[in-house]
Amino acid sequence: MKNHVLRPLFVVIGIGILLLVARSLYVPKDFGIGERGYMYGWHRLSNEEEWKNKIIKVKYRGREYCKDCHADKYDSINKSPHKIIMCENCHGPANDASGEHYSEQRPKLPIDRTRAQCLRCHYPLPYSTSGRAKIRSIDPDKHNPDTECAMCHNPHHPNLEGLR
Amino acid sequence: MITRRDFLKKSVTGIAALSLPLAAFEIIDPKKLMASEAADKAKVRWVFLVDTYQCVGCGLCVKACKLENEIPYESNVTRTWVERYVITNDGKFHADSPKGARDGFLTTKIDLGEGKTEDIRKEDIAKAFFVPKLCNQCENPPCVQVCPVGATYQTTDGVVLVDRTWCIGCGYCIMGCPYGVRFFHPVYHTAEKCNFCYHRITKGLKTACVEACPFGARRIGNIKDPDDPVTKIIMTQRVGILKEEYGTKPQVFYLGLDKEVR
Amino acid sequence: MLAHGEIWTIKELFVYPNEFIYWSVQIVMYPFMTGLVAGAFVLSSLYHVFGIKQLKDMARFALVFSFALLFVAPLPITLHLQYPFRAVNVLMTSHFTSAIAAFGIVFNTYFAIVASELWFLYRKRFVDISRELGKKQDKTLVEKIRYLLFTTLTLGAYDISEEALHRDEKAVKVLAGIGIPVACFLHGYAGFIFGSVKANALWMTPLMPVIFIMSAIVSGIALCMLTYIITMEIKKFLATRRNASRGVFRSKEEIIGVEVSVIKMTAKYLLFFLVFAISLELLDLIFRGYTAVKSWDVLRSVIYGRDFIDIFVLQYGIGNLVPLILFLIPGLTIRRAVLGVILVLFGVFMMRWNVVIGGQAFSLTFAGYMHYHMPIIPHDWNTFKEGLGGVLSIAIMPFILFWVIAKIFPVFAETPNELRS
Repeated sequence: MKNHVLRPLFVVIGIGILLLVARSLYVPKDFGIGERGYMYGWHRLSNEEEWKNKIIKVKYRGREYCKDCHADKYDSINKSPHKIIMCENCHGPANDASGEHYSEQRPKLPIDRTRAQCLRCHYPLPYSTSGRAKIRSIDPDKHNPDTECAMCHNPHHPNLEGLR
Repeated sequence: MITRRDFLKKSVTGIAALSLPLAAFEIIDPKKLMASEAADKAKVRWVFLVDTYQCVGCGLCVKACKLENEIPYESNVTRTWVERYVITNDGKFHADSPKGARDGFLTTKIDLGEGKTEDIRKEDIAKAFFVPKLCNQCENPPCVQVCPVGATYQTTDGVVLVDRTWCIGCGYCIMGCPYGVRFFHPVYHTAEKCNFCYHRITKGLKTACVEACPFGARRIGNIKDPDDPVTKIIMTQRVGILKEEYGTKPQVFYLGLDKEVR
Repeated sequence: MLAHGEIWTIKELFVYPNEFIYWSVQIVMYPFMTGLVAGAFVLSSLYHVFGIKQLKDMARFALVFSFALLFVAPLPITLHLQYPFRAVNVLMTSHFTSAIAAFGIVFNTYFAIVASELWFLYRKRFVDISRELGKKQDKTLVEKIRYLLFTTLTLGAYDISEEALHRDEKAVKVLAGIGIPVACFLHGYAGFIFGSVKANALWMTPLMPVIFIMSAIVSGIALCMLTYIITMEIKKFLATRRNASRGVFRSKEEIIGVEVSVIKMTAKYLLFFLVFAISLELLDLIFRGYTAVKSWDVLRSVIYGRDFIDIFVLQYGIGNLVPLILFLIPGLTIRRAVLGVILVLFGVFMMRWNVVIGGQAFSLTFAGYMHYHMPIIPHDWNTFKEGLGGVLSIAIMPFILFWVIAKIFPVFAETPNELRS
């Protein structure tokens, strides 16, 4: 061989070819430039569909979903200041991880009766410049500290005026 | 008669040509490199509106997001969070976000980290408010720019997603985000962040946090639809965006954004 | 369930919920190791390209050591990944808008250059050994393996005439010349990885790639000097013990050990790049203080407050100023040179530490801080690889690899005829 100087270059090119062959086997066929261009859209295209339907199932259904079967609670809460709160805020998501509302593993939705849940809005934070100012609050250390709020206040009908 | 040398040379060249997937040439296609064409034609571009005048810091949005998107409830990472800002009369700045406000704010004491707190007297407060935060789904997302493998990307409707099967977990996107919205998923160990509940909005539903907020502090809309109520507010009222000096063009707009907000 | 980084991060004041120290000590090791690679190569090229004859011995040594370091260089970043086996994605679907992806190509190019340069330097030896073993009829298993190895390494180029060897020399010169900008690219990219992150107030500066390159060269030269001194002294010690009775030595290195003139010459280049690196870093600091942009308040509290000792005492003081003085005092001795290079290496490591960890010492809010405490005692794989265990493993690997590689590419003349000078 007259000039051996280029031999290492051939080795490098050979490795490069092997890499390209490996790439054609390893990289998913739909990997490419999306509609946002190379900088912002370089990805495996089928992932978009996966995020829309496969990876996570819809769990929260919103207030109107509960209306048909739980009409009494729905109507009751709708006449109170708590109508702005979605049912699932205290009862957890209507659907479980697999997207089912009812299953044998989960026959009933949980009910969050803790004081901490109510204190989310009703803890006395003295912030007059925020929306907090419009909500009535109680001092949790003085106002029946060991009792669940729900013992006296029906969350679906929280006014106490009728009870007094 | 072909020599062995020539035969070898020709077959090597042939194999090289065959093994080059045509997709590799896409990088050079100038039409594909220009994104703006496609973005202009898209009919949907998701934007978010946060009304800090309404937010009371109840944290129901954070709880709903965690449950909807299967982020481990006890972990100290979250796709969205709420910050509390308290500015006192002496001009001093206090802010915190205990557990991302997952449980709301059940104390007037400001969380300083390492178990330390600072109590602030009611009389000293000049102004105090809450600021919900989430991924801004930027028009120029720096996190997508720095991903070395193409695991994170932006869809035509503006949402930035992460491919969990391709992410190598280098963390460059997390370091690249000026807003701190990204983190490593504690179970999947890939980069994770708010994606505007993509599985919900593409079905005509609202995001979990928008649905959960009782006070209307969070709203989602389509900026390409001139009749969308969110679009109308953004176009006609005074709205602010976060850290606009970075040039990321964030698409989450704030009503009542104070100068002290970080 | 702990979030990644939570276990070694302590947050103070107002920090975003998702902020932790994600880039820990392995990301400090990574530019440190690639810096050593680049520096060792530049040192070797000073002889091959610029013909500085006194550096001939050092040049061969530096090149082989650079090769050993090359295998170790991608390890820190691969270990750091949450999915190390997916690291190949960086080559398979490179997103070139990211500095890390470009690094994949640059690194492999550089690898090819160093491997090729070594091949040209040692080709005659491969041919000699292959021919010698080829003549032998009954080969032991070890000899069979050696024969196979060295025959493959010849790549079929058996011509060792004067003309062919002359062509080898020219090829080495060309490769060493191309290799210098590629080595600069390699480490400039490491600097670019940090300098281009606009979200991080400490990292974001165009000076970052240049600072990294300069301190990389400094560290490479220092490490080569150190290893060269140690190796030569060990050889001298062993040779003296072995030959004391016979009174016969095999090469001049065994008698003299390290030649002070070589060390003095190399130290001059070390000093030049050290001064350059210090100047750039001070320029960056002064600029920041002068322009005082939004991030200056929190950066000042980190640089002059919390990290003062790390930056000014450990890095600038012990790591830069003291070795500068040691090398400038006339009459350089080997002992002083050893102390100087050890401190320089420490200084360069602290520079990487102060950039990577320092950049995460403050929150994106500019109103909070994070404190990093590196895991010393590991209690799972994560705290091992991102803690002291991982650092030590990476640190000793180049030396082990160097010992193995030196068996194929020996750096010292065993007999006067064996190696072509």
